[in-house]
Amino acid sequence: MSKDINIHKAPELPSTDTIDGEIATLNLGPTHPATHGIFQNILKVDGERILSSEQTVGYIHRAFEKLAERRPYNQITPITDRLNYCSSPINNIGWHLTVEKLIQADIPKKVDYMRVIIMELARIADHLVCNAVIGVDTGALTGFTYMFQVREEIYDLFEAVCGARLTTNISRIGGFEREFSKDFHKKLDKFIKTFPAKFEEFNNMLARNRIFMDRCMKAGPISAKRALDYGFTGPNLRAAGVDYDVRVMNPYCSYQDFKFDVPIGKDGDTYDRFMVRQEEIRQSFSIIKQALAGMPEGKHYADVPEFYLPPKDDVYTKMEALIYHFKIIMGETPVPVGEVYHSVEGGNGELGYYLVSDGGRTPYRLQFRRPCFIYYQAYPEMITGQVISDAVLTLSSLNVIAGELDA
Amino acid sequence: MALTNQQVATALNEAFPGAVLKTEEPYGMLTLEISKEKIKDVITWLKNDETLKIHFLTLLGGMHYPDDKGKELGVVYHFHSLQNNFRLRLKTFFAIGNPHVPTITDLFETANWQERETFDFFGIWFDGHPNMKRILNEDDMDYHPMRKEYQLEDATREDKDDRYFGR
Repeated sequence: MSKDINIHKAPELPSTDTIDGEIATLNLGPTHPATHGIFQNILKVDGERILSSEQTVGYIHRAFEKLAERRPYNQITPITDRLNYCSSPINNIGWHLTVEKLIQADIPKKVDYMRVIIMELARIADHLVCNAVIGVDTGALTGFTYMFQVREEIYDLFEAVCGARLTTNISRIGGFEREFSKDFHKKLDKFIKTFPAKFEEFNNMLARNRIFMDRCMKAGPISAKRALDYGFTGPNLRAAGVDYDVRVMNPYCSYQDFKFDVPIGKDGDTYDRFMVRQEEIRQSFSIIKQALAGMPEGKHYADVPEFYLPPKDDVYTKMEALIYHFKIIMGETPVPVGEVYHSVEGGNGELGYYLVSDGGRTPYRLQFRRPCFIYYQAYPEMITGQVISDAVLTLSSLNVIAGELDA
Repeated sequence: MALTNQQVATALNEAFPGAVLKTEEPYGMLTLEISKEKIKDVITWLKNDETLKIHFLTLLGGMHYPDDKGKELGVVYHFHSLQNNFRLRLKTFFAIGNPHVPTITDLFETANWQERETFDFFGIWFDGHPNMKRILNEDDMDYHPMRKEYQLEDATREDKDDRYFGR
C-alpha cells in the first residue's frame, strides 16, 4: 500500500456539480432493511451525493387521535403502546400521568418510584436498540446481537410486571395493578448485577473505535439553533448541545428525588447522538438503582376508586366495589371538564399529551406530541450534501420510530 | 428569571390591546384566546420579546367545536420558553366557512409538518405555507377526518347503539 494513502481519512468528495453531472432519482424505502421501518425518501442524487430529499410519511397511520375520541380513558392506554413501541411503558405512564393530572389524583410516592424504575428500564431498552442499530448501519452487527439479549432481559422484566413484552399496557390510572413480584425483584437484581459489564463491553467495541468514529462523525449534523427551530427534543436535541430534559425542567413522578446528569453533545452529528444515548443509559441505570434503594413503603395504587379497579374479592362481596368495577369497565366514570397538557421525557424526546375533556366518557380531543414526527422533518436538511450511506446512518441515529411518526 | 402568568398576560395586553379575547389558567397553564387577525403578530412578538424568550413551539393542532357558531374551528398553539421554563397556550377560533389562518412556518420551522397535519385532519388552511398538502392521509381523500361530523364507526350500525348502554 502506498504510504500517502491514509486509510482513516475519508476521501474528499468533489463538489456537487462535478461528479458526473447526471442527476438520478433514488427511492430510499419505503421498505428497505436499511430504513428500519416504513419510511420513504425520494432522493435526488448526483453520484453518491444527495442533492435533495423528499419524504413521504403516513404509511402506518392508524388514526389514534380519532380513535381516542371514542374510547374511555382507561382504554386509551393500549393505543399509546403503539406510538413509540420501543419504549411503550413510557407512553403508557405518560398517559396515566396526564389523566391523573386532569382528575388531580394524589399519587403515593411508592407508585412514583415504581414507575420511575419501569420508565428508565424502557429508556435503556429504547436507547440500546437505537445505538445497536447505529452499529449495524456502520457494519458492526455483533454489538446488535449482544444488546438484543440485554433488551430481552428488560422485556422479561416487563413481562414479570404486566405479562406483556412489547406493547405492555403497563400501569393503570392511579398506580399499578399489583405489587412488583418476588420474581421481578429477582430478575431485576440479576439485571443490575450483569448489565454494566455487558453494556461497557458494547461501549468499548464502538465508542472509541476508529472506524466507527470516522464513520459517524460529521454524519447528519445539525446545529443547536436549527434543532430548536425544528422542535427537536430529547437525545437528538441534547446531542446538538441544548440541555433540555423534561425530567429536570418539569419534574414529574418524583424525578426531583434522583441525582442524574444530563449529557450533552456539541456537533449534533451521529456520533454525538450515539454518545449522548450511551451516557443516558448509564444515568438511567443509576436512577433505577437509586429508586430501588429508596423505594418508600406504602400502597401501589392511589385512592381513586372511580378509576382504579377494585380487588376482585371486593367486587364479589361489596356493593361499592361492584359498582366501581362496572362503571370503570363500561367507561361510565365522570371526568372533570378541563384541558391539560402533560409531557414526559420519552425515548426520543418530549412526549406530550394535550387532553381536552368536556366531561364526557371519552376525551373531547386528545393530541399527542410525537417527538419523531416533529423532528423527522429536519431529515432532508440534515442529509443534503451527504452521501447515501450517511443518510442511512442519520436515519438510524435519529431513532425515527414509524409508530410514533405516523400515529 | 421566573415568569408568572400574570406578567405575561399583562405584557401581552399592553402590547396588543383588544387582541386577547379570553384569559384562562386551566391546570396552571396560561391560556389565551387571540383574535385571528392578531395571532401572527402576537406570536411574532412573543418570539422576539427580550424578556419572554419564547423560542420553542411545542405543539400545534386543530380543534373543532361544531356548536360554537362562527367559531367552529380553531388552532391551538403550545409554546415553551426554555430559558424561563414557562409554558403558554394560545388559541384562535374562526368560522368553518372561512378556515384560513396565517402560517407561522417563517417563525418556527417545526410548524411546517404540524400545520400540514392540522390541514390534513381539520381542513384548516395556513396561508403562506410553503407546501400546504396532506401529510398522513392519502392525497385524494376528499374530507378532513378529525372534524366532529365524521363518526369513527359506521353510523348505521344498530348492534352497538349507545341506548343499550344507558348513555
